[in-house]
Amino acid sequence: MLQDFLLVLPEEILSVAALLLMLAAAWAGDRSAPLLTWLAVLSLAVAAFFLPGIRDAGGTAFYGQFAADSFAAFAKVVIYAAAAVSMLAAMSWFGRDRDYRAEYPVLILFSAIGMGMMASAADLISLYVGLELQSLAAYVLASFQRSDTRSAEAGLKYFVLGALASGILLYGISLLYGFTGTTQFAGIAAALADLSSGELIGIVFVLAGLAFKISAVPFHMWTPDVYEGAPTPVTAFFASAPKVAAMALLTRVAIEGMAPATDSWRQIIIFMALASTVLGGVAAIGQKNIKRLLAYSSINNVGFALVGLAAAGAAGVASVLFYMAVYVAMTLGAFLVVLRMRDAGGEPVETIASLAGLSRTRPLLALAMAMFMFSLAGIPPLFGFWPKFLVFQAAVEAHLTWLAAVAIATSVIGAYYYIMIVKLIYFDEPSPAFAETREPVGAALILAAALFVSPLGYFAIPLLDAATQAAAWSLFHPF
Amino acid sequence: MLQSFPILSAILALPLLGALACLLSKADGARWIALATTLATLLLCIGLWAAYQIGGPQWQFTEHQAVFGRFAWALGIDGIALMLIVLTAFLMPICIAASWTAIERRVPEFMACFLVMETLMLGVFCAQDLFLFYIFFEAGLIPMYLIIGIWGGKDRIYAAYKFFLYTLLGSVLMLVAMLWMVNFAHGETAIPVLMATHFPAEAQTWLWLAFFASFAVKMPMWPVHTWLPDAHVQAPTAGSVILAGVLLKMGGYGFVRFSLPMFPEASAQLIWVIFALSMVAVVYTSLVALVQQDMKKLIAYSSVAHMAFVTIGLFAFNRQGIEGGLIVMLSHGLVSGALFLCVGVVYDRLHSRDIDRYGGLSNNMPGYALLFMVFTMASVGLPGTSGFVGEFLALVGAYAINSWVAAVATTGIILGAAYMLWLYWRIAFGAARTPEAALLPDLSLRELAILAPIAAAVLWMGVYPESFLAPMRADVDYLLERIESAAPPGDAQPTAGSPAPAAAEAHH
Repeated sequence: MLQDFLLVLPEEILSVAALLLMLAAAWAGDRSAPLLTWLAVLSLAVAAFFLPGIRDAGGTAFYGQFAADSFAAFAKVVIYAAAAVSMLAAMSWFGRDRDYRAEYPVLILFSAIGMGMMASAADLISLYVGLELQSLAAYVLASFQRSDTRSAEAGLKYFVLGALASGILLYGISLLYGFTGTTQFAGIAAALADLSSGELIGIVFVLAGLAFKISAVPFHMWTPDVYEGAPTPVTAFFASAPKVAAMALLTRVAIEGMAPATDSWRQIIIFMALASTVLGGVAAIGQKNIKRLLAYSSINNVGFALVGLAAAGAAGVASVLFYMAVYVAMTLGAFLVVLRMRDAGGEPVETIASLAGLSRTRPLLALAMAMFMFSLAGIPPLFGFWPKFLVFQAAVEAHLTWLAAVAIATSVIGAYYYIMIVKLIYFDEPSPAFAETREPVGAALILAAALFVSPLGYFAIPLLDAATQAAAWSLFHPF
Repeated sequence: MLQSFPILSAILALPLLGALACLLSKADGARWIALATTLATLLLCIGLWAAYQIGGPQWQFTEHQAVFGRFAWALGIDGIALMLIVLTAFLMPICIAASWTAIERRVPEFMACFLVMETLMLGVFCAQDLFLFYIFFEAGLIPMYLIIGIWGGKDRIYAAYKFFLYTLLGSVLMLVAMLWMVNFAHGETAIPVLMATHFPAEAQTWLWLAFFASFAVKMPMWPVHTWLPDAHVQAPTAGSVILAGVLLKMGGYGFVRFSLPMFPEASAQLIWVIFALSMVAVVYTSLVALVQQDMKKLIAYSSVAHMAFVTIGLFAFNRQGIEGGLIVMLSHGLVSGALFLCVGVVYDRLHSRDIDRYGGLSNNMPGYALLFMVFTMASVGLPGTSGFVGEFLALVGAYAINSWVAAVATTGIILGAAYMLWLYWRIAFGAARTPEAALLPDLSLRELAILAPIAAAVLWMGVYPESFLAPMRADVDYLLERIESAAPPGDAQPTAGSPAPAAAEAHH
């Protein structure tokens, strides 16, 4: 039993930290918010330090309901890092209007615990608990700016559609449980060896429910609206950490829980992948709001990550993890730039047109944004090329060459709107300059993200390769 | 000594450092830094040429650092790459000098873009790892997109989009083919090893087509050439020079480095595609060039026609054809670059590329008219200029394999003479059509210094092409050895007659 508690040590640390911070917030009020934010970041770092599965193989806890393996460890490192960055970004952004409140870091921490559970879930019940913990915190975060109607609307929309997704997921879970007699992934996999149609329907519903969470087409409709309405730092958070958690969850369910039915779920994943890359590319073209555009960009990128999942092998899983790690850096980088878009009066601007001529008014910020855009488009030598390369490589190795060819061709559609942003920034006449910002933390984070997506990122390949492959290995060799 | 010094890495690093320095300095400083950097790179490349052992190992100056896990920082050159590297390094300082006053806005960024471009182009020719090659090949899109889009003409944005998306769509399919090849070769990414790998014949066709999609767009071949006139017309002069001089050569280089040696059977099987498209290109784009009013557009279409000679030569499956194709590549790099510079010279004065606004320039610009004539003649393929050597060899090679192709391609020379001489006549001879044209001053010292070295190189290549052919000869041998088993038979085989003794005739 003690062993079990050691394996969930990061979750315990975060839970205790979140509860303590909530108490502190209640007593000390919103003035303590910056301090609490730094403490939350610290607790994430401490939790990451104690992650099982990095220095050792990890293990499973609570009778196989919770897998603390290398796969979960890799996902959690990315999740914690993304959560920390979105907290720090929020601090200065809300801080300008003096409406940063102390609940923010607490909510993010609760969400992080839920996301950690999602990455570690080896049982349909722990899967659902983790997912709901993450989602409930996220619903509140979406409507964090209570006075802003858009924010409230985003929260409501997110909640209603999220509840619908949860319902679909639960229905699938109940079907799977009913037909296989177990909720544990290993047991489900054993029962799926001869696939009945009831089980197949269960698989479809579970995948549909999870597709909501990763916002893959055709379950993506909520994404642009929620991303547009939520406060920008919250959008940055939504686009990064929960995506990683949901993708890790989907990967584990598909690989560990449904391995014998690979041929069945692969068709679904392939459809979602191609539909996402195409729609994420086409629908983004007409957007006027940068947050909506980035929402479609995230749909597009999820599609490419799903190509890696469709490959289904160890190489495919490793490529999905690699993809999500780099995707998080690119997306957070782009959002950090968006966070700096404020007009002369200090009001946030969200129109894409306001980026025009940024290269004249703010050359360094423009350079960083251009790098993120080219990187999201997957143009070498920027590092965003490499995860795309890996998913296509995995697809080709899995004899899905046609899928790689079609998906890579659809990446050209996406490239169009990314280079459209670059065109605005570099080719067009300047629109009114953004207000000067003095946010050293944000600047440092943008710099770090830009360096990571620059060609220097290629030197990280051996390290990330080793980590993702170890993570993928652990998924194929459960305890 | 030179063999142990990582000279190729140094050549690639130098322009990058220069680009950083440019970004940190003011306009004038950036100009001088860019010029100094490109000249230093040129010196290194000349040193490379001098140190290259003709008849030595196939791959020289090799470097190998496995720093990236799945692919390596593997560099190395053969004679073909060497010549293209020298061409690139030779054109770069000229481009910088040509932009000295023409570029007034955002000079540091411009120079930085150009220097980054130089690194990427040189990297394409140096790379010995399949994926490293792809990265360099594809990365060139970014600086070129910026060069066309920021410093281009009126419709620059449309041209920049078209250039970017067209070439991107072409090359992504190549990446899938590369992934398939590496998977087939059990993770081997070294280009020399893959060149010796035998891919199954049925797969070769698909792989060949995927590579073809990329190289045909880059080359460009008819009918995917339409991005080129737009890009050329809108790009600043130096951008056009680099586009025509070096970027188009990547297509030809790709055919020599990948399509032919890696997929010889598919190359032979699909030779009709190449020949058909090239024949159309030669005739059709020459006719299109004939009716252009815009000087840059005319030269852009002539580029498409000339590059068709390259493809015809390279796929002739014999020594003359391949060597001819390679020489056309080098020659076209010099000549079309020079022609764009010539257009740039008058454009800087009159800000018009409309042929009708010039005329009689030989009266007031005799020096310009002389140099322009040298390049016109080289473009036409006059013996004694570089254009003749390459086109002649390519046509000889083509004749050996298919006399119809040779016959149709030869009409391209006639049409080429027509549109180039007519262009020259309308610009240089007769009376000035507009009063401004009669007042244009002759070449400045800077412009003379830009054009004279190219003219010298064009004549050198025309009179003594052996200097350029010698380093490439052994590599053409390797290529021929690799493809000869698949070579299709020529259509001009001697046929057996039915000889009868004359005496028997007489009896009857």
